[in-house]
Amino acid sequence: MRFLFKTDYDQDIRLFKHGGQVFWYGLLMALLLTAPFTVGEYVMSQLHFIFIYSIVGLGLMLLVGFTGQISLGHAAFLAVGAYTEALLQAKGVPVFISLPCAALFSAAAGLIVGLPALRLKGIYLAIATLAFNVIVEEVITRWEGLTGGNSGLHVKPVELFGVKLDGDAGFFYLCLGLTVLSILALMNLLRSPTGRAFVAIRDSEISASCMGVNLAKYKTLAFAISAALTGIGGALYAHKVSFISPEQFTLLQSIELITIVILGGVGFLHGAVLGAAFLIVLPQLISLAKDYLPANVGSSGLQAVVFGLVLIGFIIFEPLGLYGRWLKLRTWFELFPFYRKGMFRRQKSYMKSERLR
Amino acid sequence: MNQVLQLLLAGVAQGCVYALVALGFVLIYKATETVNFAQGDLMMLGGFFALTSSVILGWPYWATILFAVAAMAVVGMLIERLVLRPVLGQPAFTVVMITIGVGYVLRGAVTMMPGWGTDTYTLPTPFSEGVFKVGEVIFAVQQVAVICMTAALCALLYLFFRFSRLGVAMQATSQNQLAAAYVGIPVRRVNMMIWGLSAGVAAFAGILLAPMTFVHSNMGFIGLKAFPAAVVGGFGSVPGAIVGGLIIGVVEAFAGRYLPEGFKDVAAYVVVLVVLLLKPSGIFGETARKKV
Repeated sequence: MRFLFKTDYDQDIRLFKHGGQVFWYGLLMALLLTAPFTVGEYVMSQLHFIFIYSIVGLGLMLLVGFTGQISLGHAAFLAVGAYTEALLQAKGVPVFISLPCAALFSAAAGLIVGLPALRLKGIYLAIATLAFNVIVEEVITRWEGLTGGNSGLHVKPVELFGVKLDGDAGFFYLCLGLTVLSILALMNLLRSPTGRAFVAIRDSEISASCMGVNLAKYKTLAFAISAALTGIGGALYAHKVSFISPEQFTLLQSIELITIVILGGVGFLHGAVLGAAFLIVLPQLISLAKDYLPANVGSSGLQAVVFGLVLIGFIIFEPLGLYGRWLKLRTWFELFPFYRKGMFRRQKSYMKSERLR
Repeated sequence: MNQVLQLLLAGVAQGCVYALVALGFVLIYKATETVNFAQGDLMMLGGFFALTSSVILGWPYWATILFAVAAMAVVGMLIERLVLRPVLGQPAFTVVMITIGVGYVLRGAVTMMPGWGTDTYTLPTPFSEGVFKVGEVIFAVQQVAVICMTAALCALLYLFFRFSRLGVAMQATSQNQLAAAYVGIPVRRVNMMIWGLSAGVAAFAGILLAPMTFVHSNMGFIGLKAFPAAVVGGFGSVPGAIVGGLIIGVVEAFAGRYLPEGFKDVAAYVVVLVVLLLKPSGIFGETARKKV
């Protein structure tokens, strides 16, 4: 077991808490940096998706896990990011300008959604964001002059300083870099006063506002940052799938995005990445299992059933998600044989009764 | 003028279905403070049960209705018992995610069932095709039947909640669970029955909707239109759900006629955003505030 002796105030906010973390994250980073030379094309492609969904998951985690706001409309921000990137690229704008633009436009959309969030809570907010998602999807479908409507848009590979990143490796490093940057940015944000304000809002809006947190400002800000990250994810998504159309950004997509957060573990940055990886790997496992099942069971419905069962199972049996499972496992080993069953029982609820507010 | 009446009729008929699904949301929300995202999928399952009894078993229409409603009531109670009771007292959003999961499972399971699958079916009704004229307005028997049956169900539910012991117990539970437990109401069992009731209403909605949209595994997505209905009426209000459903149905009908293409599908959501911005508690919503 590792004992951390606090000898300095800076220790509380240090990014790496101890040498072990430096070693393991360093090892993970080294493995990822060499991945293009060691893994095959198929795994590479899945890794792209994992990073893209990780970025989106991080954005959503900031909103759901750290600010306590619900969004069932993140596919709309994904769409805004993807279409901004696609259209700017078609105009010949270089990627290091168009990518921030995608983030900015998404953030602007996030500001718009953040406005009703000031008055709405819990389920009403979820429905407002749901309505926003449907409206954005319909606008994209109908605004054919700009978005191509249902026939969609083709997106070319990323081009950086005249070098085409259409190979797997180049795009991989771009996704990896942006994911790491997002994680670092969020870690920094969360140890700053802004991040503390977010967490305070999540734990209790009333006490946060009593402590002088400007609810309007910070809720809108949380929506904007979350939307910006999702927009970046959307831009990368557009490059990855190279063809975008409205039916990729439906409500079902939003629900899938929010399951990243739930499966990974609400309230942990690790959870966003783990959840994204799980969400990408799950369909592969299902299609592997299909070969061993009877024909009518292995139909298109299988994925929905498994997805639903996994979601239900996690919420009932593992409310802290994959990262929570890892925490429990680690604590079990650290404290062996003194681990108690109730150590991770949830003490406080982040979303209270909505009828009284 | 005639055209307006005609649209009104179509809108009200469509709105009745929204109202019934919204009613299902509201019943569950009032009692357990859970928003059931699987309500639309319960409706879809009810439609398939009706299909089984009417087409495959060849039962008459009234028996079909009874069978589907009863079967769905059992399904609803099972869902409550197996999935929702373990997370009793968890944050609201957790429970919402569980119901989303239930929706996925139901939608997938229907496509796996032999005899149901991913195909589209028609549900035969005794009043399928006829029309009659009053003045210049054409009444489709289908639409009138939907409206009448919805009204009858609402009356039945009103009588149930007003006069039966169980109905009063359900009202008490939805107002204050702790107080209800103190006066001897078995709150958990009542919650289970509310889920059964709500699923039964959903099945009824499915049967009414079936002639308009056909029965298929994705017909549950119409439940998403019932959210706006429930919100417009005020989420915790039973009459609000009916009024909200009718409003959404009528707005949709008129938007489809007078506004450019595409507005019909988003009209409901635009209405709900406006309502949420102006009066978040809805038309009939309760505005309770916590005193600190």
